[in-house]
Amino acid sequence: MVERQTMSKKSPYTYLPSDETKIRMLHFMKLVREIEDRIEKKLYRQGRIVGGVYVGRGQEAISVGTAIHMEKDDVVAPSHRDMGVFLMRGVTPRRIIAQYMGRRTGLTRGRDGNMHMGDMNYNVIAFVSHLGDNVPVAAGVALAFKQRGQKQVALCYNGEGATSRGDWHEGINFASIHKLPVTFFINNNAYAYSTPMELQMAIKDVAMRAPGYGIPGEVVDGNDILAVYDSAKRAIDLARSGGGPSIVEYKTFRMTGHSAHDDAGYVPPELFDEWKRKDPIVRFERTLLEEGALTQSRLDEMQKECALIVDDAVDWAEQQPYPAPEEVTKDVYYEG
Amino acid sequence: MVKPSTSDAYAIAVPDGLELDRTGRLELYYFMALNRKLEERLGMLYRQNKVVGGLYSSLGQEACSVGTAYALERGDFLAPMIRNLGSLLVRGVRPTDVMAQYCARAIGPTRGKDLNVHFGWVERGLIAPISVVGALIPVMAGIALEMKMHDKKNVALTYIGDGGMSTTDFHEGLNFAAVHKLPMILIVENNQWAYSTHVSKQANVRDLAVRAEGYGCYGEIVDGNNVLAVLDATRRARTRCLRGEGPAMLEAKTFRRKGHAEHDDAGYVPREQRAEWEKKDPIDAYRRFLVERRVVESASEIDEIDAKIVAILEAAADEALSAPFPDPSIARENVYG
Amino acid sequence: MAVTTYIDAIKEGIWEEMEKDESVFILGEDVGIYGGAFKVTKGMLDKFGPMRVIDTPISESAIVGAAIGAALVGMRPVAEMQFIDFISCAFDQIVNFAAKCRYRWGAGVPIVVRGPSGGGVHGGPFHSQNPEAYFFNVPGLKIVCPSTAYDAKGLIKAAIRDPDPVLYFEHKYLYRRIKEDLPAEDFVVPIGKAALRREGEDLSIITYGAMVYKALEAAEALAQDGIDVEVLDLRSILPLDEEAILTTAKKTSKVIVLHEATLTGGPGGEVVARIAEKAFEYLDGPIVRIAPPDTPVPYSPPLEEAFLPQTKDIVAKAKKLAAY
Repeated sequence: MVERQTMSKKSPYTYLPSDETKIRMLHFMKLVREIEDRIEKKLYRQGRIVGGVYVGRGQEAISVGTAIHMEKDDVVAPSHRDMGVFLMRGVTPRRIIAQYMGRRTGLTRGRDGNMHMGDMNYNVIAFVSHLGDNVPVAAGVALAFKQRGQKQVALCYNGEGATSRGDWHEGINFASIHKLPVTFFINNNAYAYSTPMELQMAIKDVAMRAPGYGIPGEVVDGNDILAVYDSAKRAIDLARSGGGPSIVEYKTFRMTGHSAHDDAGYVPPELFDEWKRKDPIVRFERTLLEEGALTQSRLDEMQKECALIVDDAVDWAEQQPYPAPEEVTKDVYYEG
Repeated sequence: MVKPSTSDAYAIAVPDGLELDRTGRLELYYFMALNRKLEERLGMLYRQNKVVGGLYSSLGQEACSVGTAYALERGDFLAPMIRNLGSLLVRGVRPTDVMAQYCARAIGPTRGKDLNVHFGWVERGLIAPISVVGALIPVMAGIALEMKMHDKKNVALTYIGDGGMSTTDFHEGLNFAAVHKLPMILIVENNQWAYSTHVSKQANVRDLAVRAEGYGCYGEIVDGNNVLAVLDATRRARTRCLRGEGPAMLEAKTFRRKGHAEHDDAGYVPREQRAEWEKKDPIDAYRRFLVERRVVESASEIDEIDAKIVAILEAAADEALSAPFPDPSIARENVYG
Repeated sequence: MAVTTYIDAIKEGIWEEMEKDESVFILGEDVGIYGGAFKVTKGMLDKFGPMRVIDTPISESAIVGAAIGAALVGMRPVAEMQFIDFISCAFDQIVNFAAKCRYRWGAGVPIVVRGPSGGGVHGGPFHSQNPEAYFFNVPGLKIVCPSTAYDAKGLIKAAIRDPDPVLYFEHKYLYRRIKEDLPAEDFVVPIGKAALRREGEDLSIITYGAMVYKALEAAEALAQDGIDVEVLDLRSILPLDEEAILTTAKKTSKVIVLHEATLTGGPGGEVVARIAEKAFEYLDGPIVRIAPPDTPVPYSPPLEEAFLPQTKDIVAKAKKLAAY
């Protein structure tokens, strides 16, 4: 394995996580996969999910390897493929499944579905379907941090498709002029629904736009959790120390359709094969086993633990009530 | 009158390989001078309360409008912004049209329904702007898309200011044009001030042209006060477009020497900055060029052009001001076809 | 007591809230060094500094989006649209982000989006619009349209203190034409409460914004003919003060609904519907709407005059209604 050889000689990374952090990251990556597999491959097909399902299969390293650097009071605006962010902020799998099932105890209490969830108690801003809208919003969060002299940062996630939206441009431009403490992560998973990169933009890397805003841009292997960890730490540290925003682009691949109903027939099968070999979880497991940070039996245990957590979450969620019909008109405005 | 040239005076550099005969060289002067004198005449009408609404000046930016529009050919489309009166004149708009429009008269191009340079004729390849800056870019990309679809040997050209580059539509429009390699020319007229906001508060970069790369689009910086440089760069951009190489973005460095509109004294602009750019006046420099390079026998030839312009503008003012205001009955017309 | 113009009332309201509450700040195009295109924010940069008076790029979506983000973490931003016509550029952030946060995930978005609306100044199709109807159908937003200096100040303060997004549509025609003595002490005008501007027995004109003055002029003229007109100024159009609407409708039994937004789909239709649903038995004549025709706002003076409801139009329609 090339990666291992490189690492055993001289690390290409400025920052490497401790063994404990590595295990923690692996746990969350596996938990994300377990939850999303359960939702997409079982619950959705069994008709137990209400509405659409969007998963980040193959992209787990990005949300986990970035959000691991968040401090308690930092704020995050994830995209719809960043389940890891929610889990790492402390949102329980129970509430996530309840959210997908439209229950009263889901994060949005049945008002919105799937990944459209947030809670300021966890400092997670809920995503809207209008991609890129979260960019000016995250810039605004960072503006407030700067105004109040706080050392917090805002993290903002989008796919490469969202970068075609004007809000993305306006938000990054605003953040760069005011050197706001915000980091913009791009999950470049090669497809925006059915639209490939080359029909989305006439450039190879989204990060090529960074010089146009006078900010740093970096292209990183998004399926290498250690590279994600390292690049995210550098970008977040820069923002936290007053160095302003940057764009970190993670190259990855969407190993599913746009959503559960979409068979992604427009994606050449060989691309799926190619990227399956780069699976971020398998890759990280192999690294940890070879490093000796993990044993196969511990790995098997982790797998079982994740499955149990999700079993429990599903059982719990299914016992949760739906919201009452009379709640439909509540909370449009502040009610005290 | 030609001001004497001194060694450190701003001088017009002639681009290598520029093909432009004497008639063309004089026409550039004519349109720049017409642009300026028409705006001066409008200024008089404004002070006489004949202009209804605001008056916008392109003082110091005439070379941008004239040089870019002059590079276009038959069948090309142009959409101006508020400071591109000169572009309209090059494309055949009459001073009478402009004055009647500014004075809200019935013979104005929009018959009093809209104001200033907010007019156009699709059949003449002129698209009317709206006040929302940036909005023209996706629209012109659409026009370029049609040109590409039908393999027309034409381009769509429009403008954006340093301020307008901060908009959604700039980003979405240029990206779309780049993805589809559309024959669109975007002139970034960097006059350094968007109303009271300096370009440093619009963008965290020194040269706006660097953004072109982020769209996979050709980018170039051009001296916006040198009409020959502007013409040359626009012609080359046009050639690229016709070769199917996609959109080109030219950043013309220039300066807004008046306020945002006539009411604005631009007190927020440092005096020395304005003084510095006054020395680079595009028309004064071009006059010197015409005389020094012997394009004209003597300065009096240029004075004759000026006199002709004054006569044209007087006649135009008479015609515009003798026209009636529109009849209220047309207020409800043409909402639909 | 000092005489305060409508525009200064807005400014004072923001100013006082900024003095009182450090989380209040303003952002918009040319609001800092220039003091705003209409000078609503004049002097604020010097007083409050560049971290609380933020000159933005020409990026309405970023202006409103950043306001939302700052509000989510405890700030109280006041976003200016240089002309309210440009609010269309921020439509998505307002209707999809700000308006829906609380309902979806319990996150309040206490922002104010304000700017000059309205015609009468020959501003043409892009500097004269009344966009309230675009947002009238968006639950989660509040919309206020002050007509007096007192309301301008009281409503901007209420809007800033409100826990939900408020669109504050000030009328540029009134900026320097309307003035009155304002109390020195702190006051707010509650959102959602109409004000009776003139009491009368024969006929009600329900209106808001600059049209309040046309209604009052018409009422004076009609008084000469013995028609006693009541004028109700809605002040807020979302939420509507339904009680005040029904009270005046029941009292006079004849209602004109007047506004400057164009007719079809304008807020007046909702007022008419509520009266028809809940006070039908009290009516002695058809409910009459007076609004501009369904066209863009034209520029040339004769056209704009034909477009905007004029006192004489109101008088003529009121006489016809009164005769029922």
